[in-house]
Amino acid sequence: MAPVTMLEAIRQAMFEEMDRDPAVVAIGEDIGVYGGAFKVTEGLLERFGNERVIETPISETAIVGAACGMSYLGLRPIVEMQFIDFIACCFNQVTNFVAKGHYLWGAPAPMVIRGPSGGGVHGGPFHSANPEMYFAHTPGLKIVYPSTPYDAKGLLKSAVRDNNPVLFFEHKFLYRRVKEELPTDEYTVPLGKAVTRREGRDLTILSYAAMMQTSLDAAAELEKEGIEAEVIDLRTLMPLDKEAILASVKKTNKLLIVHEDTRTGGIAGEIASLVCENAFEDLDGPIARVTSLDTPVPYAPTLEEYFLPNAAKVAAAARELARY
Amino acid sequence: MAVDVVMPQMGESIFEGTITKWLKKAGDKIERDEPLFEISTDKVDAEIPSPSAGVLKEIKIAEGQTVPVQTVVAVIEADGAGARSAAPSAQAPASAVAKAEALEGGPAPAGVEAPPPDDEKAAPGPVPTKSDPQGQRGAQKTAAAAPAPPRAPDAKTASSAPPAKSAAADAGSREKVRSSPLVRRLAKEHEVDLTQVPGTGAGGRVSKKDILGAIEGGGARTEAPSTAAPAAPWTAQPSVGTPAARATIESAVPREKIYFGKYDVQPMSVMRQKIAEHMVLSKRVSPHVYSVDEVDMTPIASLRAKSKAKFEESAGTKLTFMPFFVRAAVEGLRAFPTVNASVDGTNVVLHKECNIGIAVALDWGLIVPVIKNAEEKNFLGIARSMNDLAERARSKKLKPEEVAESTFSITNPGVFGGLFGLPVINQPNVAILGLGAIEKRPVVIDDAIAIRSMVYLTLSYDHRVVDGAIAHQFMAKIKHTLENWTESIL
Repeated sequence: MAPVTMLEAIRQAMFEEMDRDPAVVAIGEDIGVYGGAFKVTEGLLERFGNERVIETPISETAIVGAACGMSYLGLRPIVEMQFIDFIACCFNQVTNFVAKGHYLWGAPAPMVIRGPSGGGVHGGPFHSANPEMYFAHTPGLKIVYPSTPYDAKGLLKSAVRDNNPVLFFEHKFLYRRVKEELPTDEYTVPLGKAVTRREGRDLTILSYAAMMQTSLDAAAELEKEGIEAEVIDLRTLMPLDKEAILASVKKTNKLLIVHEDTRTGGIAGEIASLVCENAFEDLDGPIARVTSLDTPVPYAPTLEEYFLPNAAKVAAAARELARY
Repeated sequence: MAVDVVMPQMGESIFEGTITKWLKKAGDKIERDEPLFEISTDKVDAEIPSPSAGVLKEIKIAEGQTVPVQTVVAVIEADGAGARSAAPSAQAPASAVAKAEALEGGPAPAGVEAPPPDDEKAAPGPVPTKSDPQGQRGAQKTAAAAPAPPRAPDAKTASSAPPAKSAAADAGSREKVRSSPLVRRLAKEHEVDLTQVPGTGAGGRVSKKDILGAIEGGGARTEAPSTAAPAAPWTAQPSVGTPAARATIESAVPREKIYFGKYDVQPMSVMRQKIAEHMVLSKRVSPHVYSVDEVDMTPIASLRAKSKAKFEESAGTKLTFMPFFVRAAVEGLRAFPTVNASVDGTNVVLHKECNIGIAVALDWGLIVPVIKNAEEKNFLGIARSMNDLAERARSKKLKPEEVAESTFSITNPGVFGGLFGLPVINQPNVAILGLGAIEKRPVVIDDAIAIRSMVYLTLSYDHRVVDGAIAHQFMAKIKHTLENWTESIL
């Protein structure tokens, strides 16, 4: 098997799930004839027909509203946001209906809202967002943000099968940049489980999505200096794998959290609290974080570079923490 | 106006000092800056001048006692307005005394109410300064968490108090130890006294590594180590003057086998303890390899004989052989930088400066003042700094920074007639040069026997970083420089 991109891995997951279960449908802008803005849904229309691959007008509220209704009636829609930035347009549908239905009326909404997110590709303020934390704050939603093709495929399949609404973030920087061979046999990756990408004893670096590679690059750099960083991929932000986080903190006693999302209100703050509440007496240094700056994602490449975390920034923070 | 005299902070890492001698007694009149007492710290012995003119009203700490820096050791009744307030002690008011006593294990008599630790004033950490916000924060935090230290009533009772641990001692000591939540939990679980664990983290913080080392070593328990306590791993921290560190100087045999027949027992001076620790540490840490070279000093001996009077007259300093060796060593170090290095874990730190430590024998021990930036000095410059440092070493006038940061050391057993010696490396250097006695010896030159002034030079080097090839080339460079001396000495 040739290595596949994350984009292809996501496409495979959709194909397989729609093949497996006739209740699974795809809905979104330009996902049929055009095959999606990033070609994730290419070939779906030909294969499954326009009853299951539904093209919509440009109205995110209408798309999510329709999908929500479908899910109440037994379908399992996969909604595509052309860019995840526009999920803000259907914020009310997602947070007030999709997220609360099960709690209010015993009506779960088994649906997935997926879309390209993240910066680093000079997409500017409207096409680079990491809006995961608006939704992490909303009880009732699950949030997935993979970093590899293998995980993307396995997690999307689990998300489709989950009876809760799942927001599935696809980092567009990774779409075509990471490739790996996937198993020929069917597999899934469970939601809510982090994975250790690298073992280490001196400190733990927690991250997800595009910042995983950044964190691993930093760890490789640190290794040359004799600092052994343990690197953990959260994969799912909600539910958060608290066990894995606390276990690693109890092992290394130092924690650095890296995310591409902006600093204030990012998941790092939440994790820091979690660790203070549950493992304060295991800390041998302050919890550190490397994040984007608290500004919109800049358009100018130089400014975007300054805005985003990179391996040097992560290594510098880790070095300081290791020395503490 | 009464002026407090405090134990001064003699260098960054020093946190206590021993009063070795009072030069005045209570009731004596004293001038400002007149020597008042002598102290001995981890780094130096020094005379401490009086902060004020007046009459020495009270000596609070007796000779031989070791107290934390900033502890009030005496009070001077200053005469008139000209007295400057004793600068550092202004920030260390009465509660610092209480703390010092707490550390000494001073009793906390009933009936004296413990004042609530309301703010910074109640908990003057030893060195929280503006440039050190971490420390300040730490001090505040621990103060809030710690129970209020009972205030000992008066300093007089402290010095003669029996060494008993009290809650006050714990509260007081926690203020000065920088650690982390993990370290504090481990200390509690394993009953380790954190004041006894030297910190190697940022700003001297006791880190996870430090406390695990202490726990593994099984020492530094709150139950105070006895003098017979076995060596604990943190003897690997040479310049920490804690009682525990001192207690870790090992005896090779059980105590009962040491005391027999008639004997005197002399307590080791602070300096002697430091030397002992340092030597054990060096031998434990560095695999020593030795090499010996023979150098023909005849040209230098005759140059010296010829120029001595003129040199001393024009330069105003003695002309010994030592500066020749220092200059030659610098040449060697510049050619072979691996010898001018330190080891930090798996990193070799190659120093850009040649700071040459010179071992100076004293009647009461040994000290190694450092000629800084010897690579920038000419012969005369080296001779001057060397003679100046040696002189001030003997008169106890060295500053702490003058015995720190050496990159290579030289010792001279030959001065007492030794043919050659195999010295112990002065950490954190990786090599030390030993000079034998310069003697006239018959040597073979071109199949003829000649009388030449010869010397044996030895190099002890750390085989972790310096290999034989480098060491011998380094020595060859020194030998060549000495035997073919060209530099003008004036």
